[in-house]
Amino acid sequence: MESILVLTHAEESGTELSKGSLEAVTAGKELAARLGASFTIGIVAAHAPAGVLASAGARVLAVQGEAFAQARYASDAAACEALCRAANASIVLAPSSSRMARVAAGVAHRLGGVIDTHITSLGGSEGVEATRWFYRQRMEGVISRDARPWFLLLDAGTHAAFSGPAGEVHVEQVAVELPTQRTIVSGFREPPQDAQTIRPDARLLFVAGAGWTKKQPDGEIHAARAGELILGFLRVTGASLGSSKSLVDQGSENQPVLPFLTHMNQVGQTGSTPRHPKGLSTCCHGEEPHVVGWRFIGERRAISLDPNCGWTRGKADVVYIADAFEVMARVTELLAARKG
Amino acid sequence: MANVLHIVVCAGIVPDPLQTLEPVTTPAGPGLKNEMVLPAVLDPWAACALYEAAHLAAGNPGSKVWLVSLGPKAKLQQVMMTVAQKVNFELVPIDGPIGGFTDAHATAAVLAETIAALPGLERDRLLLFGGWESATRGSGVTLQLVGERLGITDQFQGVDQIALRDDGSFEVLERVEGGKHQASVCGGTPAVLGWATGNLAEPRNNPQVGMANMRTMMPALQKAKPATLAANGLRYASVSLPKQQRTTRVVKDMTADAIASELAEWIGAE
Ligand SMILES: Cc1cc2nc3c(=O)[nH]c(=O)nc-3n(C[C@H](O)[C@H](O)[C@H](O)COP(=O)(O)OP(=O)(O)OC[C@H]3O[C@@H](n4cnc5c(N)ncnc54)[C@H](O)[C@@H]3O)c2cc1C
Repeated sequence: MESILVLTHAEESGTELSKGSLEAVTAGKELAARLGASFTIGIVAAHAPAGVLASAGARVLAVQGEAFAQARYASDAAACEALCRAANASIVLAPSSSRMARVAAGVAHRLGGVIDTHITSLGGSEGVEATRWFYRQRMEGVISRDARPWFLLLDAGTHAAFSGPAGEVHVEQVAVELPTQRTIVSGFREPPQDAQTIRPDARLLFVAGAGWTKKQPDGEIHAARAGELILGFLRVTGASLGSSKSLVDQGSENQPVLPFLTHMNQVGQTGSTPRHPKGLSTCCHGEEPHVVGWRFIGERRAISLDPNCGWTRGKADVVYIADAFEVMARVTELLAARKG
Repeated sequence: MANVLHIVVCAGIVPDPLQTLEPVTTPAGPGLKNEMVLPAVLDPWAACALYEAAHLAAGNPGSKVWLVSLGPKAKLQQVMMTVAQKVNFELVPIDGPIGGFTDAHATAAVLAETIAALPGLERDRLLLFGGWESATRGSGVTLQLVGERLGITDQFQGVDQIALRDDGSFEVLERVEGGKHQASVCGGTPAVLGWATGNLAEPRNNPQVGMANMRTMMPALQKAKPATLAANGLRYASVSLPKQQRTTRVVKDMTADAIASELAEWIGAE
């Protein structure tokens, strides 16, 4: 019989669980029910785990303490290893958070197990089959494995987040002997609040392409105006800002830049693959290495001057052949007026 | 020379991202149509790792960069003709299968074994670099597994920056959720760093660097050790292309105002 462990960690508060963690709880609960397997949740946290876990119908194990407030390989790997051993897990489900992604493979190795990541769904009739993408979202494969423990890192947004009445969680503490720590997490570097442009929870992804800083039909470059228009739009909509590679690369190539963009905004082959219900591309050609990053964007629209751009070839639902400077100024006005 | 670094970069070769890819079934499992003739490039994030490694080595005299790459020998040779022009390194080729459908655990075992046997490599000076995810399997686990096999428990993923200090310690910036970086200070080598984009532009081709690299590269390629990768029980039920070519409405003669109201409607409709 399989034994399912949902392995995760508390957020910075030391207690709360992220949406991704709660999605993993749902996945674990569903899988355990389908396979008639035992169900355990293992948490690495500074403090006592969130009360919502009381209603998950699982045994709850925790490695707790200040040393585990920090996301760091050596301490997290030791904690996760201890939790997996205590749970005697055969299938370990974990969210694809940066923290789990940093250690899960190492832990799988320590337990003599195997790992697959970026899982987008779990299926199979008797056993477990996992779906994931290959070649940066270009093709989808369904895999299974006999080896155990089998670690599966679940991509965010693929399951409903678990919710239930909060209560007192009965927690079994798991002791960990920590190796000497050579790494200290010193903090976070983040853009100032008004320049924070990456918003994973936004309903809309707004993508800016290199066209914004290229010569326009009047023969001039209008980079400053482009920056104002983009930020103005983000302010009214709360959209998340994505970029093409060409636009973010310009900084290192001494071309006009939009100062609020970095490689963190880049979407595509060598950028991110965000999940948003809607996406609007502007001044971007829609080449395949960019569009693979749009795999998980629901409705897609684009504004481009080029009637032969990639978006027109089955990559977007609607393409407006128009000047994004004009259109975006007007869209922002309309949305701002609506907001009042 | 306080900071002599031995930097090993693990980098595979991948189909040029501008190519159209199609899955096929082969006797060995899934593969890509015309895989051996598709133009290939050095895996992009691993290439960033290589440039960062070379930059770091150049700033710390006495340091050395090895590039460990697993792939079919002939294909490795093609790709390395270009890569060799970029920065100085010693190529350590391993003649093995190409592609994203092999098992990461098997790949990691071969890489770790090769690195452990590198002549002249001092493990306490080791920085193990690579891309945080490949453009083929994209799993982000191989480097971690190699690190574990080599007993390295200071590991960082999604790295955009390393800043070395005089005492041998270094600060690392790793990508975390919501467009932030986590900053950590590590006491010193050995460590594993899986790179994201980093901060360096792709170096221009430099024929002199190319000539210097070629001297060791060709003999290394000739002697490349063959490796087979165990499947480790990984089974594929299917591999398929997404069937979602969209029906695109191309709007050519609407005024900016009309487009704007249509878009405002669409964005607002939540
Ligand atoms: C190894 C590798 C990895 C890559 N990874 C990525 C990746 O992760 N992400 C990525 O994005 N790309 C990636 N690329 C690059 C990709 O192939 C394209 O070169 C890039 O996406 C082009 O960016 P762009 O569309 O913004 O710029 P361009 O191709 O320059 O297109 C600009 C567009 O803007 C339009 N335009 C100009 N002015 C206006 C205006 N006023 N109004 C409306 N439209 C206007 C133009 O008509 C044009 O269509 C990668 C390439 C390689 C080789």
